[in-house]
Amino acid sequence: MNRVLTAIVEPGFFGSAPVHVALLAGGVAAVVSGVVGTFMVMRGQSYAGHALADISVTGGSGSFLIGISPLWGFAGTSVAAAGIMDLIGVRRPRGRDLATGIVRGAGLGLGALFLYWDTTHTSTTGATVTILFGSMFTIDSSVIPVVAAFGLAAVGIVAALYRPLLLSSASSDLAVVRGVRVRTTGALCLVAIALAVSLSALTIGAVLSTALLVGPAATALRLTARPALVMLWSALTGLAATWLGILLAFDSYYWPPERQGWPVSFFVVALVLIFYLLAQACPAGRAGKPGRGVGRCSPRS
Amino acid sequence: MMTEQRAAPGQGDPDSREDVLTVDGVTARLGGREVLHDVRFTIGPGEFVGLIGSNGAGKTTLMRVILGLLPPAAGQVRVSQGGIGYVPQKIQLDPDMPLRARDLVGLGLDGHRLGIPLPSRSRRKLVDEMLGAVDAGHIADVRVGHLSGGEQQRVLIAHALISRPGLLLLDEPLASLDIASEQEVVALLARIAREQRIAVLISAHEMNPLLPVMDRIVYLAAGRAASGPTDEVVRGEVLSELYGHHVDVIHVHGRVLVVAGRGDGLDIPIERAAPAAS
Amino acid sequence: MTDTWVVATIVAVVAGVVGFFVVLRGSAFVADALPTGAFAGAAGASLIGVSTLVGLGAFALLGALGIGWLGRRSRHDVAVALALVAMLGLGALFLSFSVEYAPEIYSLLFGEVLGISVNEVAPVAVLGAACIAAVLVTYRPLMLSSVMPELGEVRGVRAHRIEMCFLVVLALATSMALPVVGALLIFSLMIGPPAAARSVTDRPLLAMGLSVVLAVVTVWAAIAASYETNWPVGFFVGAIGAACYAAGRGWAALRRTQTPQPGPLASARARRVSA
Repeated sequence: MNRVLTAIVEPGFFGSAPVHVALLAGGVAAVVSGVVGTFMVMRGQSYAGHALADISVTGGSGSFLIGISPLWGFAGTSVAAAGIMDLIGVRRPRGRDLATGIVRGAGLGLGALFLYWDTTHTSTTGATVTILFGSMFTIDSSVIPVVAAFGLAAVGIVAALYRPLLLSSASSDLAVVRGVRVRTTGALCLVAIALAVSLSALTIGAVLSTALLVGPAATALRLTARPALVMLWSALTGLAATWLGILLAFDSYYWPPERQGWPVSFFVVALVLIFYLLAQACPAGRAGKPGRGVGRCSPRS
Repeated sequence: MMTEQRAAPGQGDPDSREDVLTVDGVTARLGGREVLHDVRFTIGPGEFVGLIGSNGAGKTTLMRVILGLLPPAAGQVRVSQGGIGYVPQKIQLDPDMPLRARDLVGLGLDGHRLGIPLPSRSRRKLVDEMLGAVDAGHIADVRVGHLSGGEQQRVLIAHALISRPGLLLLDEPLASLDIASEQEVVALLARIAREQRIAVLISAHEMNPLLPVMDRIVYLAAGRAASGPTDEVVRGEVLSELYGHHVDVIHVHGRVLVVAGRGDGLDIPIERAAPAAS
Repeated sequence: MTDTWVVATIVAVVAGVVGFFVVLRGSAFVADALPTGAFAGAAGASLIGVSTLVGLGAFALLGALGIGWLGRRSRHDVAVALALVAMLGLGALFLSFSVEYAPEIYSLLFGEVLGISVNEVAPVAVLGAACIAAVLVTYRPLMLSSVMPELGEVRGVRAHRIEMCFLVVLALATSMALPVVGALLIFSLMIGPPAAARSVTDRPLLAMGLSVVLAVVTVWAAIAASYETNWPVGFFVGAIGAACYAAGRGWAALRRTQTPQPGPLASARARRVSA
């Protein structure tokens, strides 16, 4: 029995301090992303989420330049970008995607510049990899309170705006009639997404934070149609994927290649995808596939 | 389960060679529910036929079966040579899209063929001719996304006509049009049907705007259809059988009112007559 | 150095042509996701000692197929996002195995002006020609299906087939453009110039031509600036792309205020005059 346990959980897992930090930070990131991601997917804003994640790369590289913790860089730039995207604010989904892409391009270009300055002017090595793929096991424990604060803020926004968000996601016209400030609600939702993105960027990297935002939410939407349950399932799925990912990454230290370990981000993403595909195998039922276009790349406005 | 067959031009029943469209015992299912049951009717060349039914009666489904977009669970659809020109209901077009009215109409001619449309005088002349036939010559160079609803519709009609189909199929073209535009479109379509010997099948939930020009009617209720000359179909006993409960047909000043009757004297109008045009 | 200019020009022409349809179809996310995911293939290729271009192409195609397959099962944007992270997750894994590769990811992600070698010109030219040919050959059905899919379906132009075909072309285009501009910024070339072009002209073929011109100008300017300052090409592409887009929107707004489009009343008047 002991041997089975040690096979699954390599020795030292529960006693290791970096693991504790990872479980905590990763857990918060997963839950927040799961909750916020639900609305992101419902509003069809997966691209915005991904773009914000990439833009936070800019913030990450900038933060290395001026020597502050990457979390502030991630959060600062993604919230700013969310604001810009909302300002450019095009109503039609296609125009909105176009604007998102342009902002992403400009933001990433700036990030490229910062990274270039990083590698030539400062002495931080591997900055690229850390920013892009996360640093789950090397998170400074002093960052935990900030992580918690951001997480609370993001979830708080979504909780406070729960009903207006639901209504305006279903139909912005209906929401306007009901007195919902659609524009403000949308902007705040983007800010919540930006905060969630920065948390995931810290743990599994900017490039892969989209996985935690989109995967669990899409999985949960497949399982149930009740909004509150969707958020719960989404958070739980994300949490499971993250914690299991951390465990597997810890274990992989003992797998080939020697003494290196596979990246956490890989495991988390792989698990998110596995959960999603498993949910797809469930019969559709009434909570089944949301409507699609005639095989188009983007929903018709 | 009989699969849908499309007869090549020239083949098919000798009797129905003249018919442009033959719908033969079509039954259709959507998501397990039977939406159409044993629908049969034919359309001859140059005929103007109205497909009348309220929302949910199955009009769009029937159109999709005729167009070949939905395989019927039973029955056949036969279309004669020339094919079908399709005018969908108005769709939101992106105002930024770089496509002029004349480009969209041109695509109606050869949109399915590979390659780039080479500029040719005859092609341009044909496009101009079509646009003129629908009174849209003056908006030929305007972006399709900038056109008003009525203008878009005319361009779509030109797009459908340019390939010289034997049958023109329009999906609820009169919905959300004001009275004046309604009359214009109906008059335009009637003129096209007459001048170019094209059959027209137009779906609507109100038959009154079409009464002056309809040759025949296909009346759809709860997935079942009755077809024939208007005054033969739009009768109390025929429609009552179709609906499955008592229905009265009232004629008022040349307009038709179909009313569901209840013994307690409370009448619920199923269709309201269009107010008299100014 | 000439190689850089030649390859860059080819890339820009392809970006302009393919980008015209990317913008028309609203496929900004896909055009964004494919190169980003393809970079994972480059990492994998270097791991097993194969040419990065092959790895790029293979993963880009895989991504395209994945998006097509997932897209039938769920919302399109979710499908794209998941296909993207799937590829990137693999990329993270490959990266962690090959530590020596680390400096190269920077140039593959953000573009490296001087990183183009002589033997890369030929494959880029061939791939580029193939992409452009594919778009030109399928121009009409692609146009019809992109503008009004229903009308296309009725004429036998199956929307799903066109979508797959377009995705494959996109995959090819992105994999050939990667070495020049970098994975993360290819789509700036495919979005900014076409968005600007379509604000300027109403005619589809002209808009495509203009987007090619703008893309070429963008790339040349970006390379020149990068050569001068040593800053990454991608930065300039992103900035100029955004400038193109902004200019296009500004121009469109200006046109709207100056020349009011004919409304329903105007056309009724015109009809009565011409009748």
